[in-house]
Amino acid sequence: MEILIIILGGVLFAPAIYNLLQKQLLRIIIGTVLLSHGAHLLILTMGKLKTGQPPILMDGITEYTDPLPQALILTSIVISFGITSLLLVLAYRTTRENNTDNMEQLRGKSNE
Amino acid sequence: MNNMIVLPMAIPVLAGILFIFFRNNIYLQRWISLFVMVANIGIVAYLLNRVQTEGVLRLDFGGWEPPFGILFVADSFSLILVMTTSIVAAICLLYSFSSIGKARENMFFYSFVNFLVAGVNGSFLTGDLFNLYVCFEIMLLASYVLIALGGKKAQLRESIKYVIINVLSSWFFLVAIAFLYGSVGTLNMAHISERISESGQTPLLTVISIVFLTVFALKAGLLLYFWLPGSYSVAPTAVAALFGGLLTKVGIYAMFRVFTLFFYHEPSITHTFIGVLAALTLIGGSIGAVAYKDIRLIVTYNVVIAVGFILVGLAVATPEAMEGSIYYLIHDMIVKSLLFLLAGTMITVTGTTKIDEMSGLIRNYPLMGWMFFIVMLSLAGIPPLSGFIGKVLVGEGAVNAGSYILLALAFLSSIFVLYSLLRVFLQCFWGETIISTEDEVPVKKGWMIPCAILTIATIGIGLGAESLYLYVSDAANTLLNPQIYIDAVLYE
Repeated sequence: MEILIIILGGVLFAPAIYNLLQKQLLRIIIGTVLLSHGAHLLILTMGKLKTGQPPILMDGITEYTDPLPQALILTSIVISFGITSLLLVLAYRTTRENNTDNMEQLRGKSNE
Repeated sequence: MNNMIVLPMAIPVLAGILFIFFRNNIYLQRWISLFVMVANIGIVAYLLNRVQTEGVLRLDFGGWEPPFGILFVADSFSLILVMTTSIVAAICLLYSFSSIGKARENMFFYSFVNFLVAGVNGSFLTGDLFNLYVCFEIMLLASYVLIALGGKKAQLRESIKYVIINVLSSWFFLVAIAFLYGSVGTLNMAHISERISESGQTPLLTVISIVFLTVFALKAGLLLYFWLPGSYSVAPTAVAALFGGLLTKVGIYAMFRVFTLFFYHEPSITHTFIGVLAALTLIGGSIGAVAYKDIRLIVTYNVVIAVGFILVGLAVATPEAMEGSIYYLIHDMIVKSLLFLLAGTMITVTGTTKIDEMSGLIRNYPLMGWMFFIVMLSLAGIPPLSGFIGKVLVGEGAVNAGSYILLALAFLSSIFVLYSLLRVFLQCFWGETIISTEDEVPVKKGWMIPCAILTIATIGIGLGAESLYLYVSDAANTLLNPQIYIDAVLYE
């Protein structure tokens, strides 16, 4: 199971990097989203998958899944959500002000 | 009284939240944020003296014993850096009072400066790896907003690049944390260190250490500094000075922590790697510093050179070199923000960033000219000033460790720093004046006083290096003997 999820993580990272290297601003943002999905899956896998019941204390259960990676992922999801929304608004403003969403044309100096 | 350790992070957060409710009361925001920084200086000075007598202090949040809870650890190294951060932030705030403009002040500028400082202080003080990630994100989110605040074309363009590169480095950080958690099963820094020394640094752990190196190299601008000149040169002067003084230094701090506390068992791989990166950074930064005629780019490439220089100290890792790096880190935080403030003031008074178009400023602004001269000497490492002692100690460490190539590159870079800034000094301050007395832009007191304080600070650190030595040597000692840190966190 871990092997499968690791491969899935890799499968997410590859298009993420591909999208990050595109010219269109929105595709770059999609790339960053995929990147954080992959990272969260990786954290989950590193805490060993499904070794017991969900981490809620109940009578008669001795085996629980590791709760720590889940807390880490929850924190990290919120952070990446915040950054993604900031990035989307920033991209909207940049596109409006500079009249382009093409990163080639957002290079600087000679285009001003 | 250990609860005081959290105050350098808690007070700025509370102040930042408070300002959201007093959006239009700018005077209140100004003076409270200045007061917060000054209070931090006092608190940290008290803690720093306590660390000398009682050893490393720690604060367990919620009373959870170390490996299980999040904690703040205060040793001399982190406290020295928190202290310098507070000084730099206080002075950048003083400068921003008269330069940042009402429009930005009304849009929560002081809130974000406080959040930035909270993130930086939290990163310095935390004893938990994931908490370090969170503090990094607090700092970075505040810096994203500060760099884009104002919404000019160039600012938006560069802030997009800055945000994306930092999202990428945060991803690397998460991946590194995931792998480390998978292999040692803990996130407490002292506990990780102990687990690694028990199991030995296996090749897998060495690979993870290289991933950490990539993360912090992206944050600190160690060889991976391609994003740095663009984003640091578009921000307003006070913000650029804050960034130049603080942000890359957090990456450097994290690198020192990680490579002295966790991954010190295979120095022939990791520290050689750091040494090579530092050497390439010194070369690249030196080329950049002499290549441009834009004063903002010259200044930002000087940041890059300093990063390379400080990491030479980590790469050779002898006691002298560590002390030298710590001295140089303190010096560099103060002097880089002074350099950014002076360069920003020069741009404001002349209205141009090209050094070709400035000339003879010394006739109009003699005080500014001589302060720039002192900064230049201080950065180059001329004896009575603060850059000297750090350079000598790093050099001595490199000689003792036998890394002569690093030694040569580190000292050659000083010549490039001197050349690049002397070129600015000669071109902009000497020669025929281009500004007649009628259309001379008056320099506000609010611009010159912060610069003067920092100039006095650089002279003071240079002359009073002896009195700092007690703290610096303790910091270097704790860094080189991770057992002190582990004992203080896990066994007291």
